[in-house]
Amino acid sequence: MEEPAGPAWVKSDRQLRREAELRGRARRSISIATASTVLVAVLLVILVTSSPGWPRVRETFFDFGQLAESFPDVLRGFLLNVKIFVIAEPIILVLGLVVALVRGLRSPVFFPLRALAVFYTDVFRGIPTILLIYLVGFGIPALQLQGAPNDPVTLGIIALVLSYGAYVAEVFRSGIESVHPSQRSAARSLALSHGQTMRYVVVPQAVRRVVPPLLNDFASLQKDSALVALLGPLEALRQSSIHAASSFNYTPYLCAAALFIALTVPMARFTDHLAARAARRQMGAGHV
Amino acid sequence: MSLLTIEGVWKHYHHHSVLRGIDLEVAPHEVVCLIGASGSGKSTLLRCVNLLETIDDGAIYLDGAEITDVRADADQVRGRIGMVFQSYNLFPHMTVLDNITLAPRKVQKVSRVQAEKQAGELLARFGLSDKARAYPDRLSGGQQQRVAIIRALATQPRLLLLDEVTSALDPTLVTEVLGVIRELKDSGMTMILATHEMSFARDIADTVCFLEGGVLLEHGPPEQIFTAPEHPRTREFLQRVLDAGRL
Repeated sequence: MEEPAGPAWVKSDRQLRREAELRGRARRSISIATASTVLVAVLLVILVTSSPGWPRVRETFFDFGQLAESFPDVLRGFLLNVKIFVIAEPIILVLGLVVALVRGLRSPVFFPLRALAVFYTDVFRGIPTILLIYLVGFGIPALQLQGAPNDPVTLGIIALVLSYGAYVAEVFRSGIESVHPSQRSAARSLALSHGQTMRYVVVPQAVRRVVPPLLNDFASLQKDSALVALLGPLEALRQSSIHAASSFNYTPYLCAAALFIALTVPMARFTDHLAARAARRQMGAGHV
Repeated sequence: MSLLTIEGVWKHYHHHSVLRGIDLEVAPHEVVCLIGASGSGKSTLLRCVNLLETIDDGAIYLDGAEITDVRADADQVRGRIGMVFQSYNLFPHMTVLDNITLAPRKVQKVSRVQAEKQAGELLARFGLSDKARAYPDRLSGGQQQRVAIIRALATQPRLLLLDEVTSALDPTLVTEVLGVIRELKDSGMTMILATHEMSFARDIADTVCFLEGGVLLEHGPPEQIFTAPEHPRTREFLQRVLDAGRL
């Protein structure tokens, strides 16, 4: 870019006064925000600690001895949660994308596949995840099929994949539909087939758009990995309940909650970061 | 023999006829300009020729073979026809070079090296060599439209369809795109343009066609259409264009 000819810029007094005023306002806003945050926090603490049941709650939920004792087990259990969703996530992504693409096939030849995809998303989005865990976890082993898994972790992963695959398929489908039809026209006019148009033009743009909602679904999946506890494996929630049951103290639950938060918060910030970057790109595309 | 023959083509959208029995012959190296008000059917006709729309009656022939035959391979036909759109429709997630080489590499199975060499030559010819690695959103509208034209040329089509390619451009950027089209005419490219740029149509066209309400009312060399139109509706249209200061 060349600098256009013309006078060099020196800030005028008017602009300097304007900036000083804006700085003053920013300082005032920050002081007000700090004061109100502190006030709310103090009020909350007073409200909780002055409640009649507080001494009991402190004893059963904030016991440091219990925390130290249960932490290693809960953490070990939590690693199983991590393993569950690390395995489930890529499978869900592939399943979701395949289902979304099948729903987009137009040829009558594919009618049975398309109908199956619609049936799948309708049914599995409708069943509460907790119910699906029971149905898959106890139903599949009961069939006594040759080669069917009966390890509770595998069954739990299958249930989560079926449940979340249906959600993720809908996210991908909305992303695919959000790509403007003119992009398809352009690709088809270049003699790309339907498959090539999807692969090189539509899906890459769709995926970029759905990253934030996908990460949101994954934050939810991380939490729902605790539902696998219903089938018996020793993950974080199960470990905490074992400790809680033997000591009548609920601190291990709080410990498990803290571990889940420690994982979802960075993910939430990462999602915000991606969304902000996408918004900046869109704005950038507008300036031409 | 004509390169393209359009024979009695009809197209309806929801009980409304957009094209009503269009007949047109385009000879090799001929430049045909379609003029007429918005909604007269110019864009639809181009989309039908490129098989982006299916026609409801009639037939279209390219090099003597019927392309509207339901058994014809539409992708194979589109490979021989290039199309450029009003809103450029570049692929925003690809660089200029990838936009241009996508069809040669994936459809015509040209090697990446070979495709990029050809794309480089086209970019150099139209003064865009420094933009090869840029993404479309970094280019001006005129540059984007020139890239879109190069992308359509990269598959070495027999026929180029240009659908109001300057309508979305700032007046100062129109000339650079028209310059490209003029150069294509000089190199012998057969083209059909839907356009609102009357003085350009008059200047570049071998044949000008006036469409109204989906009917091709009049066609002939530009001198005849612009100076001595036979049909009263053509005269009326040109008068309105003249009144708007666009001729």
